[in-house]
Amino acid sequence: MATDAAPPPGGRDDRPAQPTTAQFAEVQQSAEFGELRHAYRSFAFPLTIAFIAWYLLYVLLSNYAGGFMGTTLLGNVNVALVLGLAQFLTTFLIAWFYSRHAAAKLDPKSRAIKARMTRTEADA
Amino acid sequence: MSTVHPAATLLAAPSATTEHRPLIITLFGCFVVATLVITVWAGRQTRSAADFYAGGRQFSGFQNGLAISGDYMSAASFLGIAGAIALFGYDGFLYSIGFLVAWLVALLLVAEPLRNSGRFTMGDVLAYRMRQRPVRTAAGTSTIVVSIFYLLAQMAGAGVLVSLLLGITSDAGKVGIVALVGLLMIVYVTVGGMKGTTWVQMVKAVLLIAGTLLITFLVLLKYGFNVSELLGDAAEKSGKGAAFLEPGLKYGATGTSKLDFLSLGIALVLGTAGLPHILIRFYTVPTAKAARTSVNWAIGIIGAFYLMTIALGFGAAALVGPAEITASNKAGNTAAPLLALHIGGENSAGGAILLAVISAVAFATILAVVAGLTLASSSSFAHDIYANVIRKGHASEKEEVRAARWATVLIGVVSIGLGALARDLNVAGLVALAFAVAASANLPTILYSLFWKRFTTQGALWSIYGGLISSVALVLFSPVVSGKPTSMFPEADFAWFPLENPGLFSIPLGFLLGWLGSLLSRETPDAGKYAELEVKSLTGIGAH
Repeated sequence: MATDAAPPPGGRDDRPAQPTTAQFAEVQQSAEFGELRHAYRSFAFPLTIAFIAWYLLYVLLSNYAGGFMGTTLLGNVNVALVLGLAQFLTTFLIAWFYSRHAAAKLDPKSRAIKARMTRTEADA
Repeated sequence: MSTVHPAATLLAAPSATTEHRPLIITLFGCFVVATLVITVWAGRQTRSAADFYAGGRQFSGFQNGLAISGDYMSAASFLGIAGAIALFGYDGFLYSIGFLVAWLVALLLVAEPLRNSGRFTMGDVLAYRMRQRPVRTAAGTSTIVVSIFYLLAQMAGAGVLVSLLLGITSDAGKVGIVALVGLLMIVYVTVGGMKGTTWVQMVKAVLLIAGTLLITFLVLLKYGFNVSELLGDAAEKSGKGAAFLEPGLKYGATGTSKLDFLSLGIALVLGTAGLPHILIRFYTVPTAKAARTSVNWAIGIIGAFYLMTIALGFGAAALVGPAEITASNKAGNTAAPLLALHIGGENSAGGAILLAVISAVAFATILAVVAGLTLASSSSFAHDIYANVIRKGHASEKEEVRAARWATVLIGVVSIGLGALARDLNVAGLVALAFAVAASANLPTILYSLFWKRFTTQGALWSIYGGLISSVALVLFSPVVSGKPTSMFPEADFAWFPLENPGLFSIPLGFLLGWLGSLLSRETPDAGKYAELEVKSLTGIGAH
């Protein structure tokens, strides 16, 4: 997902050399890009469904399981508060987990594809 | 409101505010002068359209993370959530959780592809594969509507704050302050562009975190860092007992109000990644990887802040008490500043100073957010509607930026006008409406555009307009606008839709219409354009 290209010099927004649509289509069909897409989607999509489900579970419990949520655990701290704080914790963990995956699995692949495509263009 | 006793209202305790009014005004003034200096400095470096719209794309991931936090933690977070927790206990805390979890949608699905494939606005990505003019018109319209909803909340916050601090209760005085905020935001954006706005947001984020840390520390100190004791005291002072710490106080009464809670929850978690003023921040960094880093910083900073809203909200309930809070502002928006006054010592210099500091922080918060919102909507007007629809792509950069500056002035004036109407609504509730509109009108099209090959122009239009019209119409016919004493128009009653938040219906509708519109359209999706967008969004090849 990442691009490590240097920023355009001087803050200008000159459009970098644009490959043709045919070249884009060729990359899109390549096995290498297929792997990148798979590595991204098979990670991000299930994880998104999981954290939304976990969040909705929490909202639904707040709505329809008041007794359970009101159970006190320690002093005045009840289940509702602990589950709320757990949402914070899982958010931090998922952000970290995704970033680790992206750096290890996605960035090298996207860099390689980009390098190859830029090289092909220079040759042409 | 029968429990209001005069000594409890802040306005009747002039020793704390009148005496120290010069201090408060000085602090406000310092922030305004400092930000204006930054703005002028940034303005002198703003030449190209990329400078004006995207701050030259030169900010680091950390800087942008800070600016995103400054853009996101609005008056709704600071004043609204603290008030909602102080009055409704645990139910107010849902805002904090939803506002944070929502960032994962932005991180996992939106930030990096958007950075790679767009240029200046949300419309760049929405219209990428589609017929430009209709989709850009739709994207521009929804950007402006969402931003104005959001602006409304900030303006309400500004009015509340100032009437509390300066003792201005006359309508003319409040309108005057709202006009001042509007004027400042016009200056920030027209002069400083994205670069100036970004720096204002960074300064504000630092101030807000510092102010919140200070209050949190003082509250916890008072309870010997025993959170359980703080919670217990809050529950007792609230008069609600243990129920104050359990879900249901605001939303648990009936089946309808429970649905409202669910609706709010869904709108919060899906809204963030559809907020135009947040999305354009991803264009201010050079690469998609820097966009990822910005979101990670933002999650850390915003998460820490929302954790502290526990101390702020429950602290206000325990140390200020609901009677005094509602006497000062019906919707609870003044809970955080009142907490500052109490914890510093009522009728003492310490209390007044702390009140002044926290109020200046809140004022900074509002200014930074309104600047971001105005920039988002004027950018979208100039880049999507003026340059690509009206001028059909033939406007020069100079003309485009000039159009953006004029649009800023116009939007500023409109929001000043609307701001006067929204004074007594809880600002967190108002912002939640903006989230619902964003999640209904923008998010479906963003996700379909990026990830669904068969998405078409018709699908995009159905989804954007369907989501936009349904969510706004449901709000219009909800108790937020009429039919209740707390409504915008309490005397009228045309509220046939029972929920305050429309998300439960309008968000699925936005998704459904995008899918249906694509299936039923006769146009064949442009496979070449999808190949371009997909490769670009994942690799950054050819990105701006």
